Amino acid sequence: MDLNTIWFVLIAVLFAGFFMLEGFDYGVGMLLPFLGKTDDERRLIINAIGPVWDGNEVWMLTAGGAMFAAFAQWYATMFSGFYIALLLMLLALILRGVSFEYRSKHEDPRWRNAWDWSIFIGSSVPALLWGVAVANIIRGVPIDAEMNFVGSFFGLLNPFALLGGVMFVAVFLFHGAIYLALKTGDPVMSRAQATAKRMWLIALVLVVLFVVYAFAATGLYASGAAYLPTLIAAVALILAGVFLNKGRTGRAFAMIAVTIIFVTFTAFAGLYPNVLPSTLDPAYNLTIYNASASQYTLKIMTIVALIFTPLVLLYQGWTYYTFRQRLTLEHELEY
Amino acid sequence: MDALFLARLQFAIVTVYHWFFVPLTLGMTILLALMETQYVRSGDETYKRMVKFFGTLFLINFAIGVATGIVQEFQFGMNWSQYSRFVGDIFGVPLAIEALLAFFMESTFLGVWIFGWDKLSKKAHLAAIWLVALGSNLSALWILIANSWMQEPVGFKMENGRAVMVDFLAVATNPSIRYQFPHVFFSGMSTAGFFVVAVAAWHLLRKQTHVELFSKALRWGLVYALIGTIFVITAGHFQGQHMVETQPMKMAAAEALWDTEQPAAFSLFTIGDMVKREDIFAIKIPGLLSFLSCNNFSCEVQGMNQLQAMYEQQYGPGNYIPNAMLAYWNFRLMVGAGMLMLLLALYGVWLMYKKRDFRQHANFLLVAVWALILPYLANATGWLFTELARQPWVVFGLMKTEQGVSNTVPASWVLLSLITYTLLYAALIVANVYLLRKYARRDPEEESEQPETPAPTLVGAA
Repeated sequence: MDLNTIWFVLIAVLFAGFFMLEGFDYGVGMLLPFLGKTDDERRLIINAIGPVWDGNEVWMLTAGGAMFAAFAQWYATMFSGFYIALLLMLLALILRGVSFEYRSKHEDPRWRNAWDWSIFIGSSVPALLWGVAVANIIRGVPIDAEMNFVGSFFGLLNPFALLGGVMFVAVFLFHGAIYLALKTGDPVMSRAQATAKRMWLIALVLVVLFVVYAFAATGLYASGAAYLPTLIAAVALILAGVFLNKGRTGRAFAMIAVTIIFVTFTAFAGLYPNVLPSTLDPAYNLTIYNASASQYTLKIMTIVALIFTPLVLLYQGWTYYTFRQRLTLEHELEY
Repeated sequence: MDALFLARLQFAIVTVYHWFFVPLTLGMTILLALMETQYVRSGDETYKRMVKFFGTLFLINFAIGVATGIVQEFQFGMNWSQYSRFVGDIFGVPLAIEALLAFFMESTFLGVWIFGWDKLSKKAHLAAIWLVALGSNLSALWILIANSWMQEPVGFKMENGRAVMVDFLAVATNPSIRYQFPHVFFSGMSTAGFFVVAVAAWHLLRKQTHVELFSKALRWGLVYALIGTIFVITAGHFQGQHMVETQPMKMAAAEALWDTEQPAAFSLFTIGDMVKREDIFAIKIPGLLSFLSCNNFSCEVQGMNQLQAMYEQQYGPGNYIPNAMLAYWNFRLMVGAGMLMLLLALYGVWLMYKKRDFRQHANFLLVAVWALILPYLANATGWLFTELARQPWVVFGLMKTEQGVSNTVPASWVLLSLITYTLLYAALIVANVYLLRKYARRDPEEESEQPETPAPTLVGAA
């Protein structure tokens, strides 16, 4: 495997980690106004992701930084091309980050209500737009010979991309509901379980639709590499529903995590060796070779990643272990 | 208004705004770690209450710092795609390392610290805040390594019109970072020191309810602020001398030095004509600029007109003089604020040394509250100076700012993002100041928790 491929895989792993971890955070944020009926219940829901959401968000920053370092042309083309979409996402993420900290620091119900809806918007907009972005990357976007994006914002909102966005929202809602069912006590727990059961079918239908659409209208399955991850994701998603109905919430959570990771791998496996296909001419595709940094830079980054990634996994894993306890209304809440 | 101007304005606004929150994080995490160390070693609950009190203020500040930091990483690609293509091989590396090495550590252990008071042993909890302090300062180090390369490109070669890294160690140990990082690190210390001083002074002046805690906090803050201020000035002095060698135009602009002088006089106050490139009115101290630039009173310091001529020969026709008025006044505000901070911290520590009761020195306390403006003024003007006076370059000597802007992004999009960021940022700072005032004026919690009796109702937050 050459260094370019290693970095393609590493970025796939970073995005998989990001979608899997922030996925439930986004889901929890979207569910907040609906599953939390009282102020205490809402605080409980926020505190359920309190110790971990910020660390999870760093997966996105690291994925972005790694794109910049390893495939600067990809980073530059995509970030300048998806400008309006990213602007909306950034505004949402800024709002969301501040909301968690500020929401419970003032007693006024209007203040708290406003921040609750900020969390809702701050979680649903990125969930939707990441789905739109991933679908557009799979589908390809208009890129000219100079590696410049020459499409429009509304061109990015094509039916396939919108389906991708809705699918992400549904999968993350399902993921977030299972997380809350696992991490909170009643009455939030029972509501989260009921929601998860409803969301499972919706998520499954949307994933199937997306796969069929991708098969028919994009090059995702052209090389054949995307079949296996799709199969794993599908089986895991079905199992998630089975475990959920048997009351095995922990296993259901593990299965939806596998689903999200392999949905991400499906996209990357189908793309390889492209990172951003051009709809104008395949010769203009951004690939892991024409978009990449020098071999020297990739080598330096590989050494850095090999040392620090295991360390990060270790201590983040430890935090999840430390805060494994189910939160109930009897606990003292920080947020 | 063209996309270039709007993109530059946007970078200035979001960066200075972000930088409003970061120095406090850099210095405060260490100060909180020191206070908590004192708590763990002595078992004195006063320090625990102090940590919790100032910890809440720190978190209110930190939330905006983190949230606005995301824009910083994304906007290179969004507004400066040509720049990103040009420097990606070098610039992306410290950014990625910053995230992997520093952001993960900072945010993960901050979560542990906030939520772990009852879940961890005292020592493990203390370790968490030290790791947050390490993480946040490491993130400053790596982003400054990236910025240093823009001030002083090293360890690269040009290949197909792009800068390509050939020596990672040279990039990571850039001569410029050796001055920039200490300068920023100690600016964080002095910001945190003056923050604690201002809050403690307000309590001693107005409330006088928790005199022991706030007297202690005031002393901690004063010593911390004094150390920070002395070293930020020292580092700044050497950074200035390095700047004379590597970016002489920046120093000339900072001093409104139009023509080369030997010995060079230091300008206390200058009104200049930017078009004719000459002074209209100036008060100067003979020889002082020579001394500041090279430690003797008679050396030559190059002026903007001579440097302009030199750069025209070296880089071709063009204007290589930055906006001297902005450079000059930003530099003066930064230095002036720093000097006032030094005097104030020295006076405060002298009162401490004389074992005076600060409550008898109401004037000092009042000044100390308002002095909180000073580090923020110095931080903002310092960044504005170093970035504005590098112009017209985005990467010194290699790429002009006008070449770095995104070539496919229309001005209307940049304007839209500029307006929306500004509105959101304005709303957030209102919320931020509201909460900071509320929590800064609150009494510290008496005995923070009774683990045996769960709180029946959940009002307020920790």
